[in-house]
Amino acid sequence: MDDCDYYAPTDLADAVKHLSQSGARALAGGTDLLLQIRSGLQRPAAIVDLKNIADLGQVQIDAARVRVGSTVSGAELTANAALTACYPGVVEAAGLIGSTQVQGRATIGGNLCNGSPAADSVPALIAAGGVCDISGVNGERQIPVAELLIGPGQLDLQPGEIVAAIVLPRPAPGQADAYCRFIPRTEMDIAVAGVAVNLTLDDQGVCRQARVVIGGVAPTALLVPQAGDALVGTKLDATALAAAGAAASAAAKPISDKRGTAEFRRKIVGVLTRRVARIAADRTGRAG
Amino acid sequence: MARNQVTTTINGEQAEYLCDTTQSLLSVLRDELGLTGTKEGCGTGDCGACSVTVDGRLVCACLMLGVEAEGKQIETIEGVASSDGLHPLQQKLLEHAALQCGVCTPGIVIAGKALLAENPDPTEEQVRYWLAGNLCRCTGYDKIIRALLDCAAEMREVQ
Repeated sequence: MDDCDYYAPTDLADAVKHLSQSGARALAGGTDLLLQIRSGLQRPAAIVDLKNIADLGQVQIDAARVRVGSTVSGAELTANAALTACYPGVVEAAGLIGSTQVQGRATIGGNLCNGSPAADSVPALIAAGGVCDISGVNGERQIPVAELLIGPGQLDLQPGEIVAAIVLPRPAPGQADAYCRFIPRTEMDIAVAGVAVNLTLDDQGVCRQARVVIGGVAPTALLVPQAGDALVGTKLDATALAAAGAAASAAAKPISDKRGTAEFRRKIVGVLTRRVARIAADRTGRAG
Repeated sequence: MARNQVTTTINGEQAEYLCDTTQSLLSVLRDELGLTGTKEGCGTGDCGACSVTVDGRLVCACLMLGVEAEGKQIETIEGVASSDGLHPLQQKLLEHAALQCGVCTPGIVIAGKALLAENPDPTEEQVRYWLAGNLCRCTGYDKIIRALLDCAAEMREVQ
């Protein structure tokens, strides 16, 4: 018998109250947490299941913004046509996580808050300009997704605080996003490197805004302003794409591990940057 | 207070059990309820041998807590065949000799059935991606894929 309590509140205020107790852990999809418990990495005194809080399981889209509740699963994101129309890159990134079975459980908030440097959805959320709606016992606050992540498994969250939702601006006309990763297999693997690009083309096909975010090549996903700057003002010709790729490679701070060497990661993140920028541009419908 | 009382529905019948908070749904099915058709392969969500559906959604029972099943509809391999005989997918797996040791088979049946419920006319590529989380170390997958496509074609004809 374990000595772990279980709470399944339907109210956010109850959830953060339970989570402010020592040793309490939030449970969303559980695809990371359950493995950490089973392997002895985590020994929570209480598990607070967030999935019965209705607001956290919703995707809301209005004229100004797209609000994705933190316990929405990958399968639910993929099935949401309106969300996919706004953010195909965010949805394809979340949809790459694990198997069909894992997609049925794993959540966008869980992928973010597990804090893995290789989390697929995170570069796309940062590229989208995502902001976390954080709820805690002392009230609510908002911080950009990029600022939530401090290091591998480390978040700017206080005990009792959770990410309730991720809020993205409603895309402007001519704006689109994309995400690709490199894995040695075709499915069921963890990103060796991943790149998300969110950009806006004007009606002449000239890039007016671009954010390039690289994942799996540093302690956290990294926004690379120099890579975005290399695209702005261009029609994403080969020279501009090469400059963006070179900037992404230069910004990477990868390690060598069993998935790939630092040298390989640095190179591949540049290749991905070129390809993903092209895909995002094509999705705007304005590319030449 | 670590034992939780759970009321759920398994294969259409109400089930009640007590479980530890960190006890997986897989452990509850096998060790508390005697439903041993759902297999444990890896225990880490990689192999799919413990596939079940929860409110119609395909999941790994090892990646879910037993206590999370409260109020849900669970379907396991024990609920697939009827008193009239095997489910068409089970029959097709036999006809195509799409199993040897059989440990992956309950998961393949549950996952395949979930695919056909969502997409009655899948392409081979869609079947292969859908089953990427169901590992089989015996067949080399080809026979499983062919059995599933054959089953899909036959079920479309019947309908």
